[in-house]
Amino acid sequence: MRHIISLLMENEAGALSRVAGLFSARGYNIESLSVAPTEDPTLSRMTIVTSGSDAVIEQINKQLNKLVDVAALIDLSEGEHLERELMLVKVRAEGDAREELKRMADTFRGRIIDETDRTCTIELTGSCAELDSLLEKIGRDLILETVRTGASGIGRGERILKL
Amino acid sequence: MELTGAEILIRCLQEEQVEYVFGYPGGAVLFIYDALFQQDKVKHVLVRHEQAAVHAADGYARSSDRVGVALVTSGPGLTNAVTGIATAYMDSTPMVVISGQVPTGAIGEDAFQEVDAVGITRPCVKHNFLVKDAKDIAPTIKKAFYLAKSGRPGPVLVDIPKDVSNQKASFEYPASVNIRSYHPAGKGDSGQIRRAAQMLLQARRPMIYAGGGVVLSDASAQLISLVRLLNFPCTNTLMGLGGFPASDKHFVGMLGMHGTYEANMAMQHCDVLLAVGARFDDRVIGNVEHFAEVPRKIIHIDIDPSSIAKRVKVDLPIVGDVKLVLDELLDVLRNSTPDAAAMAVWWQQVDEWRAAGGKMRYKNSAEIIKPQFVIEKLHEITGGDAFITTDVGQHQMWAAQYYKFDQPRRWITSGGLGTMGFGLPAAMGVQMVNPGATVACVTGEGSIQMNIQELSTCKQFHLPIKVILLNNGYLGMVRQWQEFFHGNRYSETYMNALPDFVRLAEAYGHVGMRIEKPADVEPALKEAFARKHDLVFMDFKTDPTENVYPMVPGGRGLSEIILAEEL
Ligand SMILES: Cc1ncc(C[n+]2csc(CCOP(=O)(O)OP(=O)(O)O)c2C)c(N)n1
Repeated sequence: MRHIISLLMENEAGALSRVAGLFSARGYNIESLSVAPTEDPTLSRMTIVTSGSDAVIEQINKQLNKLVDVAALIDLSEGEHLERELMLVKVRAEGDAREELKRMADTFRGRIIDETDRTCTIELTGSCAELDSLLEKIGRDLILETVRTGASGIGRGERILKL
Repeated sequence: MELTGAEILIRCLQEEQVEYVFGYPGGAVLFIYDALFQQDKVKHVLVRHEQAAVHAADGYARSSDRVGVALVTSGPGLTNAVTGIATAYMDSTPMVVISGQVPTGAIGEDAFQEVDAVGITRPCVKHNFLVKDAKDIAPTIKKAFYLAKSGRPGPVLVDIPKDVSNQKASFEYPASVNIRSYHPAGKGDSGQIRRAAQMLLQARRPMIYAGGGVVLSDASAQLISLVRLLNFPCTNTLMGLGGFPASDKHFVGMLGMHGTYEANMAMQHCDVLLAVGARFDDRVIGNVEHFAEVPRKIIHIDIDPSSIAKRVKVDLPIVGDVKLVLDELLDVLRNSTPDAAAMAVWWQQVDEWRAAGGKMRYKNSAEIIKPQFVIEKLHEITGGDAFITTDVGQHQMWAAQYYKFDQPRRWITSGGLGTMGFGLPAAMGVQMVNPGATVACVTGEGSIQMNIQELSTCKQFHLPIKVILLNNGYLGMVRQWQEFFHGNRYSETYMNALPDFVRLAEAYGHVGMRIEKPADVEPALKEAFARKHDLVFMDFKTDPTENVYPMVPGGRGLSEIILAEEL
């Protein structure tokens, strides 16, 4: 099953490679991983999307917790949570296709952030599935490049991960 | 007053009461060696290969309850040390390894003797640090010792660039350490412990399975009280030997691939299993599905949550320091006794297995030396009181089976990584921290050649280790697998062109003995162990065809055990 794990870790050189190394060394899946410092610059928040049997997910959680640099961890998928991903997609946009694209971006509540005669770049934030479905609508033939950040997750309401 | 980074480092080691550092110098650690030279509190043991420095620090730590310390230079010094670090990691030895690094300005430039020490060791350390400023040395060393020793112990690497070791900073050793992201387990959950007590008292076919965690946590006394109070059978893993006395009637021997018939059968058929500081390793329970075929309730006590439910489902996990958890469990159980009738039936069954398992015994010979016989005599002559280190192979298993350990920290072996070359350097560390004690290294002619250069270190530091070489002329354990599973095709396992070990030992300035007849085994051992101040290298010519029994073939279930043939 797909799980989304969120963690706080020391914002130190090498901390990211410890997490990445753990996944590769133990053969766990990483679907996506996103990381950046928090309001406290000594801490980074990381969101990992992974998948595996219950036993594997349990091990992933435990092994992550065991890393000395990991300060706190939560498996967001065990409760109510929100997840969002940011995507930038550059599309060939000539002639009629351009209007069609704009409509599509509108329905997904995406924004056009760059335009030339021949291309346009859409910014879209949403669930991973929404991003997938916009890409599908546009179609691979027209897509020039896609950049996705991987999911960021946060618990709903009072579900808070903080030190 | 300001000190150099190197001086600060040595002051830190003094503060940590480090008695010996095992190491090897080089360019990147010149300042550190200079600082070592100018004091005499921390003594340095010069090994002949960095792998040996780490194994020696490992043996030092395992046979005491102290943190082992090794010091190596950058690049090849560090890469040579990696096998030792991985060995310590797999067996959870508390250790601090200090490595030199190229100057900060040169890092990343493929400088001379540069290697990414933090990157290379990351998967085989508990934690590691690259120190970028001399003022960070003291807090980092404080953290390193704390991390190495607390929780589930393990090796910690501290990588120090050459310029940092020469940079000046003020020195103050932190009085305490707080790592906000690190909270090792202490006491176990009291509710879980009470439930465990209930489960144990309701058991009809109970079993206690104790591993290296009992030794690491110094919890032998608690384990002994528990076993005697409950009158349950108890087995030890390879790493746990000595954690429960082998001479106690509740002991059913070691379990696992080369464990006793009775231990493996009881493990397979019990209805409540108490696992204490053990991790259901593949060499211990064999095939997981086969193990799960017999339903049983499992209680698992371990300080490392990730050891619990990793390979088998656990009904009642208790995360905590084994010693503290057992103390509390004993408190809860006081005044209660398990069902005596059920226990009588169960013991009858266990004793039947024990009788059948007598087949584990080997058949002695008057013509050719049986390796098991040597270990039995070794046990007899040392009064079961020696520290025994080993290498890896058949000799290791025979030592585990036939040297009956009654005390913890006497059995020093590379269990998790299975590192040939461990035995002799580990024995050096053992002898350094236990001067005056009897220390023997049981080895094979393959393994001993992996760190034989350490005979020179032994000479320099007057270490009267007894090397018990069970020389079967083969990489015996591999040969055994080839005999069983590869149609007797002995591919590259014949040890051709062996040196004359007696003359080799003599060349290093030690005493060498060759023993070729069974009748000479006992007198030779007596003579060797009477030489209290000499390293004696004993080359026993043993039966090259002997196999280790019993054996649970890899991937098979515990009850699919093969006993010795023709007995
Ligand atoms: C460094 C290393 N290389 C290879 C092995 C694989 N291996 C395991 S046992 C063994 C044979 C050991 O031979 P020897 O030391 O003569 O001991 P014996 O089995 O004959 O008692 C080998 C090669 C290992 N454990 N460690």
